[in-house]
Amino acid sequence: MNLTSYRRMQLYGGLLLLPAAVLLTTFAYLPTITTVINSLFLPGFRGAPAEFVGLENYQVLFDDPTFWKVARNNLIYAVGTIPTSIALALGMALFVNGKLPGRGFVRMAYFTPTILPMIAAANIWMFFYAPQIGLFNKLLGALGFSGVNWLGDPSMALGSVIVMSVWKEAGFFMIFYLAALQGIAPELKEASDLEGTSRWSFFWRVTFPLLMPTTLFVLINALINAVRVVDHLFILTKGGPNNATNLLLYYVYENAFSFFDRTTAATITVVILLVLAVVATLKFTILDRRTHYQ
Amino acid sequence: MRLRTPFAMTALAAGLLSAAQVNADSIDLTMYYPVSVGGALTDVIDNLVAEFESEHPEINVEAIYAGNYDDTRVRAMSAIEAGDAPQLSVLFSIDLYELIEQNAIVAFDDLIETDEEREWLDSFYPGLMENGQLDGKTYGIPFQRSTIVLFWNKDAFEAAGLDPDMPPENWEEMADMAATVREASGGDQWGVMVPSTGYPYWMFQAFAFQNGHRLMSEDGTEVYFDDPAAIEALEYWVSLTTEHNAMPDGTIEWGTLRQNFLEESTAMMWHTTGNLTAVRSEANFDFGVAMLPMNTQRGSPTGGGNFYIFEDATEEEQRAAMTFIRWMTDPERAAAWSIETGYMGVSSAAYETDALQSYVEEFSPAAVARDQLEHGTAELSTYQGGRVRRALDNAVQAALTGQMSPEEALSQAQQEADGVLRRYAR
Repeated sequence: MNLTSYRRMQLYGGLLLLPAAVLLTTFAYLPTITTVINSLFLPGFRGAPAEFVGLENYQVLFDDPTFWKVARNNLIYAVGTIPTSIALALGMALFVNGKLPGRGFVRMAYFTPTILPMIAAANIWMFFYAPQIGLFNKLLGALGFSGVNWLGDPSMALGSVIVMSVWKEAGFFMIFYLAALQGIAPELKEASDLEGTSRWSFFWRVTFPLLMPTTLFVLINALINAVRVVDHLFILTKGGPNNATNLLLYYVYENAFSFFDRTTAATITVVILLVLAVVATLKFTILDRRTHYQ
Repeated sequence: MRLRTPFAMTALAAGLLSAAQVNADSIDLTMYYPVSVGGALTDVIDNLVAEFESEHPEINVEAIYAGNYDDTRVRAMSAIEAGDAPQLSVLFSIDLYELIEQNAIVAFDDLIETDEEREWLDSFYPGLMENGQLDGKTYGIPFQRSTIVLFWNKDAFEAAGLDPDMPPENWEEMADMAATVREASGGDQWGVMVPSTGYPYWMFQAFAFQNGHRLMSEDGTEVYFDDPAAIEALEYWVSLTTEHNAMPDGTIEWGTLRQNFLEESTAMMWHTTGNLTAVRSEANFDFGVAMLPMNTQRGSPTGGGNFYIFEDATEEEQRAAMTFIRWMTDPERAAAWSIETGYMGVSSAAYETDALQSYVEEFSPAAVARDQLEHGTAELSTYQGGRVRRALDNAVQAALTGQMSPEEALSQAQQEADGVLRRYAR
């Protein structure tokens, strides 16, 4: 390869990367940098210039009990939604992958929650959860139980939000599992049938390991979704009662737009980014090595 | 025919010319507005805007529905930051301090030019102007304004052996009547519901004011949440559940409460008068509307949205925006708006129009919010309002859900608010 054609290749490659680079710079890198900068300054009061305060904003944030409550809520939310929705998605995918009557209809029914806009879904669920007139308490009432104030009781509210999220996410993840299941060669099943392998060990020894790349993909998605919850809270609880359902991104939103406190919002955002960076590192170093791609 | 054709041609040409003229000089206005109650209010607004445009062909108004009050403020403020500011908007009346702090709005006093306009500015109910004024200047013009009223189900009262035409006059009566309904229904129906999501501070303010207490200073730099009168007010609210077994446990959802009332799962509700027309058209039972009950005095905070004009607009646009606002708040329009929604007519002149007079005659609940204005107080509005309201919201919810005693909750909110307001109180 001579020099000019090498240069030309480089230029070609660079041009191919350009659109992505421009988009990422505009919508990811620059906002990240400005956010980090904002988190190091205290805005001026009544026209005074902003003042550099170093890490003071972080100190203030870590002293804020609401922040810790919100962070803990978000952890509970992640632990509550991620494994459940993945397990449920896998179960549903296995179910609709088999031979059953009306398979297309069942698949569609499972997928429906995904198509609904979040705001619309949350509005529906608000009426499901309504204490006196809601669906759940009507059902409980019919069974002779007294109802629960799902969203109004601090000990129930976060759980109620989690249930709705699982409902919304499981159908979406099911589609990925279904696609992966259909990509598994039928010979494997035939071979193991000849060997007399039980269905259980076939699932754990063959199907599940082959689904690992999908599981990893779904896991990352579920994790992202657990951090970016804003819309349901908007409709369902507004983070209440008494911050019982307030999650990190909603807290960022509140600080930025309800309290006009851009500094705090930027500081929390940087903390979230750092945590996500740690998680991403773990993913690349540990999980990727244990995953077999076909 | 021969004679007519040139005439038609001339008319057509003139028409085209004037249309071109209008296009060249027309002013485009963008307005965001919120809807915080049920019902098809967006249609009502769209119709009003269309009517305005046909009367003022030189002004185009693009009215954009932007969610509830908070969402609308966010939309408007983000648009300003993005350099695409609206010229006017309907925003929360209590957004005043924040809007001023962000240098976002202009005072109407600086825009008006004639005596007639001054008269217009003075024509609104003073009670509704309180939240829109600062340092003697008017920044917000009342539009979709409300007070909290008591809706009660007359059928349920009758079934419980109460006089269906006698709503509770005071706290004690409300608790008793609510408990009576609850008992008589064998636990199927609650006595009273006061919403505690959405705008808990607003409802709490009503309780506190009925107990003779105002929660904030006039200049918005101090709050008085932990006063004994305020604590007593919150204790009463909590006692409706704990002592009288008349209100359900936990928080009560703002958004579904009207449906609760319509499905008769509660005999009384406190809600904004903005729901009145929707309740009227959907209720399958006889209902009444009353002023809120009193303790040491009657009272309800005012609420709702005001018109604001933004700083970033050109002078011409600001004048056009004012023309539009004047048109929208004209007594006839204010009357029609009140009839279609239940929100208050914003001036006494609105209640003197034939339309509203005959409506009130036929449907007396329509006048309750206005009559209650006499006992009104400004809605909780301070510097750093979002954070201060949120502190109070949390306190109210903590007390209602039994996480803290009213006293603990309110003193914590006081502490939080004091911290936030420290720099303004100097």
